[in-house]
Amino acid sequence: MASTPGPDPLEDSSEDERPKWDNKLQYFLSCVGFAVGLGNIWRFPYLCQSHGGGAFLIPYLIALAFEGIPLFHLELAIGQRLRRGSIGVWKAISPYLSGVGLGCFTVSFLISLYYNTVLTWVLWYFLNSFQHPLPWSTCPLNLNQTGFVEECQGSSSVSYFWYRQTLNITIDIDYSGSIQWRLLVCLAACWAILYLCVIRGIESTGKVIYFTALFPYVVLTIFLIRGLTLPGATEGLIYLFTPNMQTLQSPRVWLDAATQIFFSLSLAFGGHIALASYNPPRNDCEKDAVTIALVNSMTSLYASIAVFSVLGFKAANDYGRCLDRNILSITNEFEFPDQSISRDEYPDVLTHLNATQPERLAGLHLESCRLQDFLDKSASGTGLAFIVFTEAILHMPGAPMWAVLFFAMLFTLGLSSMFGNIESVITPLLDMGILPKWVPKEVLTGTVCLVCFLVATCFTLQSGNYWLEVFDKYAASLNLIIFAFFEVIGVVYVYGMERFCDDIEWMTGRRPGFYWRVTWKVISPLLLLTFFVAYIVFLVWTTLSYKAWNPQYKQFPSRQEKSYPGWVQAICALLSFLPALLVPGVALAQLPIWRRQKQENVQQNIRLKLQVSEVSDSEVR
Amino acid sequence: MLWLLFFLVTAIHGELCQPDAENAFKVRLSIRTALGDKAYAWDTNEEYLFKAMVAFSMRKVPNRETTEISHVLLCNVTQRVSFWFVVTDPTKTYTLPADEIQSAIRMNRNRINNAFSLNDQTLEFLKIPSTLAPPTDPSVPVWIIIFGVVFCIVIVAITLLVLSGIWQRRRKNKGPSEVDDTEDKSENTITIENGIPCDPFDTKGWHINDTFMPEDERLTPL
Repeated sequence: MASTPGPDPLEDSSEDERPKWDNKLQYFLSCVGFAVGLGNIWRFPYLCQSHGGGAFLIPYLIALAFEGIPLFHLELAIGQRLRRGSIGVWKAISPYLSGVGLGCFTVSFLISLYYNTVLTWVLWYFLNSFQHPLPWSTCPLNLNQTGFVEECQGSSSVSYFWYRQTLNITIDIDYSGSIQWRLLVCLAACWAILYLCVIRGIESTGKVIYFTALFPYVVLTIFLIRGLTLPGATEGLIYLFTPNMQTLQSPRVWLDAATQIFFSLSLAFGGHIALASYNPPRNDCEKDAVTIALVNSMTSLYASIAVFSVLGFKAANDYGRCLDRNILSITNEFEFPDQSISRDEYPDVLTHLNATQPERLAGLHLESCRLQDFLDKSASGTGLAFIVFTEAILHMPGAPMWAVLFFAMLFTLGLSSMFGNIESVITPLLDMGILPKWVPKEVLTGTVCLVCFLVATCFTLQSGNYWLEVFDKYAASLNLIIFAFFEVIGVVYVYGMERFCDDIEWMTGRRPGFYWRVTWKVISPLLLLTFFVAYIVFLVWTTLSYKAWNPQYKQFPSRQEKSYPGWVQAICALLSFLPALLVPGVALAQLPIWRRQKQENVQQNIRLKLQVSEVSDSEVR
Repeated sequence: MLWLLFFLVTAIHGELCQPDAENAFKVRLSIRTALGDKAYAWDTNEEYLFKAMVAFSMRKVPNRETTEISHVLLCNVTQRVSFWFVVTDPTKTYTLPADEIQSAIRMNRNRINNAFSLNDQTLEFLKIPSTLAPPTDPSVPVWIIIFGVVFCIVIVAITLLVLSGIWQRRRKNKGPSEVDDTEDKSENTITIENGIPCDPFDTKGWHINDTFMPEDERLTPL
């Protein structure tokens, strides 16, 4: 390939010391592990089910094809080409764009904080799963042992275990409460485990990733097989995938599809740039991008089948128990023999009684049992994992084993995503040379983990869950869209489309086709802009409120809707906009620095030319 | 005369034991739920056993040691199986107070349940709350044990990795310093040509000029 000139020597003399992946599989699994995370398990199935089942796949696939895969390919290519973390890459493209890198770095830091707290909760549940019966299966007894604790009686043992025995949540975000020592030690353990895995950067994560990336698939398969054999699974799956084309008319569905693709692939975090920077320069990043994105989407679908077969089982179970409760009421009231009414005979008995003794029947206040209502009670996020799914597991034979498997799977899923997050924090720090060369890498990773741990202790307060929701909703969303937009614009228009295509041709051996050019140049930026505007509109439309757990609330166990106090709203605004403001901020700050550096560069060039001429003279002599 | 007495007695019995009568308790059994196929039929013999158990419980109360089976009256037995019962005094004129019966039943609930192979949920005494058994808590919560194991493994692994990193670095530092010694030795001999010491290369300070890096090194082999 002597005809095409190699890439410009942007690498410095430490090029040979840059760590490398042991083999292609490690890199592939790391990217897959980073992309496939908790959202694939507890966000996608919920979106699929609430936005018209199979019909949701249409906006999802469109978003994948025109937004997800192009952006993903762009990140991998630029990271592999420039061989730097996020801050270095943007500094190399243009000093004015280094704010993008700094912003990605900041957002990754914020996300690492709260993402590991979710892993803390998963670890806590995992540790509590090694007993039979499971601790969330029964309510604790009240003081005189005649009944259960009132809060538990009013909601359910599962909700009580989550809100009271795990989080010990306060009724309002204003009341911080005390630090929960149980969560604090679990948080310390989580950060210690993460430190153990990232202690030497990709040398150590590369070894662990074989387990953390593949284990979730094994467990998902086990759950799929188990789930499909449970009664009620087919109802759940039919409910999930029945397409309802009407929902496609709502713009909310399209926005959710775009959001899901964006965050599911972990775009604009800087993590993929960091992971790709350790690649050998000649690596087919185009094939990697398409494969990993497709693997991510396939995993979402696979997980939603497993999740919804279990949820279908839970709904069928709840429906059966609802019927049983009604049958018991009727049997007790009308003194029918025990077990004389089966679930199938119940409707006939009901109509007969309605005809003969309607007043007595009305006095019983029977619940209306409809399977559809129970299937509708879906949840996403922590509600799915810690309340709905844990309750479903209680009714499966061999419950502790399923609980252990489920939480181990969640933990490894989250851990592999955390590797990517932490890499996007550590790689820029290493590239910038924050610490002197003689300081070993273990110290840098240790310091980062320690700092994150200390800051994240605020999430172990009693109001920690409310704060986590604030971070989850506001820290990432808007900023990442802005950074992604600047990424595309930066690479296509500042770095230059032709130059970028040349680099890709050098790296992969073929020039990017029409699809890539059109999406990078026109479609993706437009989509991102629309996405950004739609998100702003949506933010403005909805009031800043949250749902609080208040046992004294009149409609307990429903959560009480409260609006954020002023200072919390200020923090929400800060989180949403401050990282994004780094882009123009740093660009402005760069102006005098860049001018001075340009002068220095010119002087250095003159000095080099003089040295060269000296050496050549001495050689001649 | 005898007939009159008989009617009187049954009338009084009837009045003493009635649904919602004073000091009367309703009992509900769910035998089929508890035992499934091995369920027994509820007949007068089972009722006799029940009366015996109630009398037994009452005899354990101080001042009530003379309670007999005939003092326990059952009425309104339904197909469900549910019925009402009262406990009368030896003269069978009035019923014993409800709280005495309640505390007696609560004390001996386990024995009564076992006599019928039922439990608190399938043999219900309405209006008598049962004392729930506290869950058996191990002395050390299970999660702390598992946590201790996991944490110890992690700390040991971190220590090992850090130590091995330090050891590796020390080995690397020793290696290049040995190579440097031999180079210095060779530099001690200065070649002299025409009386002028030759020092063609400035070995003390290497500068790598990137512009002159050969083409081959930039292209990694396929």
